Amino acid sequence: MDLTTIVQILDSMMRLSTPLIFACLAGLFSERAGIFDIGLEGKMLASAFFSAATAAVTGSVLLGLLAGLTAATLLAMVHGVASITFRGNQLISGVAINFLASGFTALIGQNWFQLGGRTPSLSGDGRFLPVDLPFVETIAGIPFLGKLYGELISGHTLLVYLALPTVLLSWWILFRTRFGLRLRAVGENPEAVDTGGLSVSALRFQATLICGLLCGFGGAYLSTGMAAGFIRDMTAGKGFIALAALIFAKWRPGYALCACLLFGLLEAIAIRYQNIEIEGIGTVPLQLMQALPYILTVIILAGFVGKAIPPRAGGIPYVKER
Amino acid sequence: MTAIPRWADVILVPLLSLLLAFLLSGLVVLWIGENPLTALFIIVKGSVGSPYGWGYTLYYTTNFVFTGLAVAVAFHAKMFNIGGEGQATLGGLGAALVCLAVEWPHWLLAFPAAVIAAALFGAAWAAVPAYLQARRGSHIVITTIMFNFIAFALLVYLLVHVMKPPGQMAPESRPFPPGAHLPTAHEMLAWIGIPFSKSPPLNVSFLLALVACVLVWLLIWRTRLGYEIRAFGHSETAAVYAGISPVRIIMLSMLISGGLAGLMAVNTVAGEAERLLIDSVQGAGFVGIAVALMGRSHPIGVLCAAFLFGILYQGGAELEFEMPAVNREMIVVIQALVILFAGALDNMVRLPVERLFAMVRREAS
Repeated sequence: MDLTTIVQILDSMMRLSTPLIFACLAGLFSERAGIFDIGLEGKMLASAFFSAATAAVTGSVLLGLLAGLTAATLLAMVHGVASITFRGNQLISGVAINFLASGFTALIGQNWFQLGGRTPSLSGDGRFLPVDLPFVETIAGIPFLGKLYGELISGHTLLVYLALPTVLLSWWILFRTRFGLRLRAVGENPEAVDTGGLSVSALRFQATLICGLLCGFGGAYLSTGMAAGFIRDMTAGKGFIALAALIFAKWRPGYALCACLLFGLLEAIAIRYQNIEIEGIGTVPLQLMQALPYILTVIILAGFVGKAIPPRAGGIPYVKER
Repeated sequence: MTAIPRWADVILVPLLSLLLAFLLSGLVVLWIGENPLTALFIIVKGSVGSPYGWGYTLYYTTNFVFTGLAVAVAFHAKMFNIGGEGQATLGGLGAALVCLAVEWPHWLLAFPAAVIAAALFGAAWAAVPAYLQARRGSHIVITTIMFNFIAFALLVYLLVHVMKPPGQMAPESRPFPPGAHLPTAHEMLAWIGIPFSKSPPLNVSFLLALVACVLVWLLIWRTRLGYEIRAFGHSETAAVYAGISPVRIIMLSMLISGGLAGLMAVNTVAGEAERLLIDSVQGAGFVGIAVALMGRSHPIGVLCAAFLFGILYQGGAELEFEMPAVNREMIVVIQALVILFAGALDNMVRLPVERLFAMVRREAS
């Protein structure tokens, strides 16, 4: 494996990790506040559809992004109303949201564009285009760094560059601000937060809202950044991989980034090599690579490699004493 | 909290949820620019308006009874088995391996063998998440989701690399021997002289589904194990105090649940396709969630809800022909809304009903 191949694989890892990072951070906010969310997938899908559809009709990717964020946030609010206001089962609500997004986008997509559930191909201002960072030309001459900078670091879309600062920002919000402290408290011990005179519902709704927005970014990136348009069920389990990454990272932002990069790398390798030959072991089939994030997560969950302990009040509706 | 009469809990609340789901779906159809009542008429006519329609409707019903019962049994132990999809995938693998293993002389031998294999494979796939939940406290919902994806990857691998006959393009196994052919409704009804449409894939598995309903009812309400499962589901601490082992209940309820989900594949793999295809589950594992929620985890409720979804799936296919603007995905939307209203927003429907009953009671006294 030469340098070019490695750079190409890492480059595709960056692109494939981006939606995972957004969705994983979305889950982080929600679950840290005590709201389980297995509807990341559905929210991303809804955002992917509405951003691509809006971008296709208006020709503006920013309007598309706005539409995507709105769609994902609306679904997040449904989840909030079901699991906070009506104290319903958060997991069942998540399942419903996934189906709602999957069915609704395919139904409306076919109805609007008659392309078998796809949106028209986006071009020009209709999608996020690669951004060339400064000095690519200048450094290009330097043997190793030039390639690394020019092909790996430069030339991604805006949303990819947005993903990394978002990780930092999430960490800062969750662990260095008063709001973050309260958010984490509401996920561990809502009674204490309530006793402190804060509204558990309001905090949880805020977390759900942030979750929706972040899913919106992830979904918009899928259809307007990574691809040039929406195709049916294009999230293809990415929301669940993000969920897996969240558990893998044990609900911590820095580790979440690493987990998302790892799962992105696995996907990049699986796409590049259909079957991998490893000396002495034999062929590693493509399907094993695809299943690896899930298998790793089960192993982590099983507690064989350090135990993954979710926020203590996760999944339990808060009932104020009457 | 004011209690509501049993009939309201079992019938009124689910029906109200269903009504809400249908109303919203109707609005969606209206928004698309079609008449929702016409759509409803096409669905009903296409599903129960002809022997052909009935054949398909009951075929789908069979799938949903199994997956619905699977989710329901787990619900009784307060377990949310979202892995029906994966367990049914493995069940299909088990049924296929058995059907392909020998030249079956007669279906009376092949059928029970396929049933046992499908149930065992399905149960085995549920066993790992169940064990991890029981022993290591790993959340069953997450592990079963992960196992769905792993099951699918495993199936694709086996079909592409192992079970596909050499020289064939499509990733599917070779056809089952003729002796493993399960009698269809057409053939079975012909024995007693009733003519029935030839094309629907409705087969003997439907009777198995009915038997499964009875057996699950007996298990949950007439056996010691069922009592323990329900006790555990109501209160784990009380169950432990009564000497019920959580590990045993989690394992057994999930194994039964996985086995039931696996049985679903007997209908699609051995009954319809008569070979192992890449997508023999067709989302039935997820429909099972909606069915169990609608049916309040009771076999009779599950049977009714499964029939309702059978109508929706068959009628939805007809709808696509007659009303091209409303495609099949409409059914997924309805399914999502049913899960939302009957499951997650249960309290939204229940609280007004409870208030109403409390009011009526106050007036009466």
